[in-house]
This record gives sequence, C-alpha cells and structure tokens, in this order.
Amino acid sequence: MTHLKAINRKATRVIEHVEEQKKDVVALQRVPQLAPHFPLGCSLVFSPGWEADQNGGTAGLCQPVERDIFDCHIGCFWPAQVPDQLNHAPDWTAKCASAQKDWRKLDLVFPG
Amino acid sequence: MMALARREFHLFQAAGRDFLYLVPSAAVFALDAATSAVLGLVCDGEKGPYPFSADRRAEKGYGPFSRTEDDVVQRLTDRFDAASVRAAIAELLEVRAIGYEQQPDETPLRLLPMMPFPLTTMVMNVTNQCNLACTYCYEYGEDKIVDTENGQQSKFMAESTALASVEFLLKESGHLAHLTFFGGETLLNFPVLKSTIAYARRRAAELGKAIDFSLTTNATLLRPEIIEFLAENQVGVTISIDGPKDMQDKFRVFHNGAGSYDVIAPKIKELLRRHRTRPIGARVTLTSDTLDITKIYRHLTEELGFWEVGFAPVTTSPNQTYAIGDQGFDKMLGQFRALAAEFLESVAVNKHHGFSNVKDTLEEIHKGVSKAYPCGAGLGLLGVSTDGDVALCHRFAGSDAHKMGTVTDGIDRDAQAAFLRQHHIADKTDCSKCWARPLCSGGCYHEAHVRYGTTQKPNLHYCEWIRGWTDTCLRIYGELSERNPDFLARFDREEAKAEAVL
Repeated sequence: MTHLKAINRKATRVIEHVEEQKKDVVALQRVPQLAPHFPLGCSLVFSPGWEADQNGGTAGLCQPVERDIFDCHIGCFWPAQVPDQLNHAPDWTAKCASAQKDWRKLDLVFPG
Repeated sequence: MMALARREFHLFQAAGRDFLYLVPSAAVFALDAATSAVLGLVCDGEKGPYPFSADRRAEKGYGPFSRTEDDVVQRLTDRFDAASVRAAIAELLEVRAIGYEQQPDETPLRLLPMMPFPLTTMVMNVTNQCNLACTYCYEYGEDKIVDTENGQQSKFMAESTALASVEFLLKESGHLAHLTFFGGETLLNFPVLKSTIAYARRRAAELGKAIDFSLTTNATLLRPEIIEFLAENQVGVTISIDGPKDMQDKFRVFHNGAGSYDVIAPKIKELLRRHRTRPIGARVTLTSDTLDITKIYRHLTEELGFWEVGFAPVTTSPNQTYAIGDQGFDKMLGQFRALAAEFLESVAVNKHHGFSNVKDTLEEIHKGVSKAYPCGAGLGLLGVSTDGDVALCHRFAGSDAHKMGTVTDGIDRDAQAAFLRQHHIADKTDCSKCWARPLCSGGCYHEAHVRYGTTQKPNLHYCEWIRGWTDTCLRIYGELSERNPDFLARFDREEAKAEAVL
C-alpha cells in the first residue's frame, strides 16, 4: 500500500490480511518463490492436506495421505490418472473400505 | 459502473493530515492527499455522520451523490494523475473504508467468546461497610442495588470466605491472577486483607502461578503500619479522592457530615512518601458541582504527589442534583480536552503526564481494541460479595439478580453464557451505527442498570460525550504517531514484557 499508512497495530494486521488475499495459486515449477512454498493440492482441485503437511512430511495431514488417490479418482476431471470406474473397472475399489487402512488392497488395473 | 459509497469510519485530523478510524476493525490509517481527496468526494453531499445505503438515503429524502470510480478520477484530474487516484480508490476498497453502493450492509458478527476462559481479575468486597457517607455513593445512596444495611449479606467478609475466594481465583485463573480488594471501605477489614494476601501468595507459589494485589480505599484508615504493609507487599493502591478541600468535602463526608480532606491529606502524603513499589493512582468522581478538572488534577499531582489521576462521572439516576446533565457533559468534555492537550505536549517530549484516562484510551487505540462487551465484567473479571457470591463485577456483588455462582461452587457457566448472549454489541441496535462502538460498546453495565433499570441497554445519555472524547484521544494518537511514535511503541514493549513473565 502506498497511499494508506498503517498507524496502529490493527491497521498493520488489516494490511497483512489484504496482502495475503492477493496471493494466487502458483505453479510448482515457478521459481523463484518469494516465500517457502509447499504444494497444496492438485492445481485443479483444492484439497487441503494434500501431499505434505506444514513440516514437509505426511504425518500431520488433515486427511490421510492415501486419500490423495481418491482425490484424483473422484474429484479430478482428467481421465488418465486412475482407473475408469464407470466403464472399465467398476470394482476397482471394492476391497478398499477405508483408504487409510486398505489402500494396499486397491486392485491393479491394466488397460485393456 | 457502480457508485462508490462510504462504509463505516471516523475521519479525524491530526498533525496537519487526515486519519481514518475504521469501524468495526478499529484500524487507524494515515491518509495521503489522494486518499483524502477521494474520500472527500465519496462522502460529499452526505447529510449525517452515518453510512446510509442508497435506499435509506432516498427514504430520508437526501439527494443523490453517486460517485463512480470514473467520476472520482475525472473530478480529481486537475490535482492527481488518474493512476494515483485509481490506486487510492483500490486501497480504500481493500481496507473497506469505502465500498459499492449496491453492496448490502455487512451483518455484524455475533461471536461469543470461547468458554470457559480464564478469570484474570477477581474483585473481592471484603466489607460493604464504610466509614464515610459520600452523598453520591452507588452503594448506599438512593440508586443502590443491594441493601447493605438491612439485607441478608454479611457486613464483613469472614476469613474463611476470603481464603475460599483465593482458591476459587487460583482455580479459575491462567498463569497470572489479579486480586483486587474493594469495599465499602476496604481497610475496615484490614485483618482479613492481610491474612488473605499471605495465604494467596503461598498458594499461588505452590501452584506455580503469578498473583498480584491491589486495593481501592478512601485513605481515612491509612495508618503507618498499614502503609508499611502495602509497600512491603507491593499492593497497588487507588485512592478515591475528589480534589482539593472544597471539592473533596462537598460529597466525601463522614457520617456526621464532617469533610474528610483534612483527615486524608497527611495520610496520602505519607503513603506516597513510603510506598514506592507500585504507582499510586487517584480516582476522582465528577459531579455537576465538581467539574474543574484541571484544578483537581493540579492539586492531586502537584500538591499531593499522585503519579496518575483518573476521572469518572458519577453513576446516578438523572434526577439527582449532582448528576451531570447534558451541559455538564459539554463542560466536562471541554476540560478533559484542555488537560489532554497538556498530556500531549508532555509526552511528545517524553515527559510523564498522569492523566490516566488519555493513556488508557491511547493504549486501546494502539492495540486496535474492538469490543464485543464494554468491559471485562462477566468475562475475565468477576466480583465476590462478602458472603462469597460471585457476581458480574464488584458493583453487583451481593445482588441475587446478577449472581454468577459462588466461590465454593464455582462459576455458574450457564448464567455466564446467558449473560454474554444477552449483552453482545451486535444486539445493541442503538450502537450499530455509532463509530465509537469499538471502544465504548455501550458503556458500563452498572451505569445502565441505574439509569435504565437494565444492564442490557447502552448508556445513551453520554453518547455525545463518548464520541467527543474518543475523537480527542484519536487526535492525540495521530499527533503522537508523528511526533513521538516511540511513546506508542512503549505499549508494545510493555505487553511483550508482561507476556515474557508468563
């Protein structure tokens, strides 16, 4: 801000908030980043807790890391990432009642 | 293109420039020439101080003064280039000083505090008896809430109740607890006060909590051994005193009608001489008869030696002769302003000035306080009656209607939650268009109870005074931000220091 000058503490916080709101989604490849940059979700679907927690690991995610697979599967329009459950692989997730526990039971699907 | 319209703020001038006080965020911004000019145009033609929507304006018969962004740029073209004006408009929009006319009014947030929260201050009424008979006293006068003479309440708090109160405070508090002793005349029950402090210190140490002590007294009973005790135990002291002899003796009299000034003056001097561990403040009650604020201030600081002096208008129903009427409030405001100007000139050159009303308000402005409730009563502050009943604050202690538990059974959380639900600023419709509400939030519950019979009503009788005084403090804040910003930064440092202790 160049025209308004924050005088008290609350004004500083208002400006911080305004500046924060101006930040946009940025591509992972974009360098240099002005601030530490953690990938947050797929660029198409915003899903908090994706891929890395605030420490860069997966332990503190608000959804289990295995949930990512379902984000691609259900939320993403791009058809190539996961099996096509509607037409070719209707039972793909049949053995996986809970992604967090059973993700290893997800079937392997071969294009055919 | 949509027309720009003002949103809620108060514009004030200080140090030769314009400042904005935004409502309800309580943010203070300094404006440059371009933003001032834009605001001038957006608000041009406005009849009242309030941000009327287009509909309401039409309803009230005010003419159109629509200003689209292009209009504003066009009209300022001889003074500023278009890019600056657009940038100024964008910034004002971003901080929500202005908006668009068709935008609906923002619904006020009605967020209740998260419960339970720690008790920070407990005000303990160690007695409801007093050796003075101040004519205006809310505790004994016609406006009293609790009948302390004929009622059921004990006249003095028993030691067992006091110790139970300490346990209650330490149980409900966070790392730091403030214990304030109050009355009646607090020192009439000095034995209990003394043993309570010793007990509280020991228990707080056992529990790993910090505790500090303060009291309010009329100074009549300040004997040397009491002064010694207060100094040694670092007890903060506030003296209720109305000024020089003629003013003090007008209302602050003994039961036989004799004035109290000659009794207290030497005792206060002795207290100020001996007690250097905490700042000693004077608290002045202003009435229609005693409104010479500068004279009172001079006497209390220069002749008696008080470090700080705070003033408050008497709490009373309007029909009392000593009640401050509309004209009295105008006069009081003029005097407050004169003393505040003196405060400004002192602190601008780093000299102490003890007008605590200004300092307290400056601190709230600096931090950007925006209150949902006028004070801490029922939140972080509670009062305890002589019988151990917990109440909203010390002024309601002993009143069954305002009871919030007991020190033995703890806080009545349902009563507390109900109180907080019923007293939120979002429900005070009279305040909803007032720019001073972040700081005032409707004013004292007790004052409202005495004036209007309910704690829920805002104190409409002093709105003009509050707005006038808040404006004065904002101007001083603006001046200091230019002339001595370090004085304001001190509030941050003091807070950081206080937090570091915890």
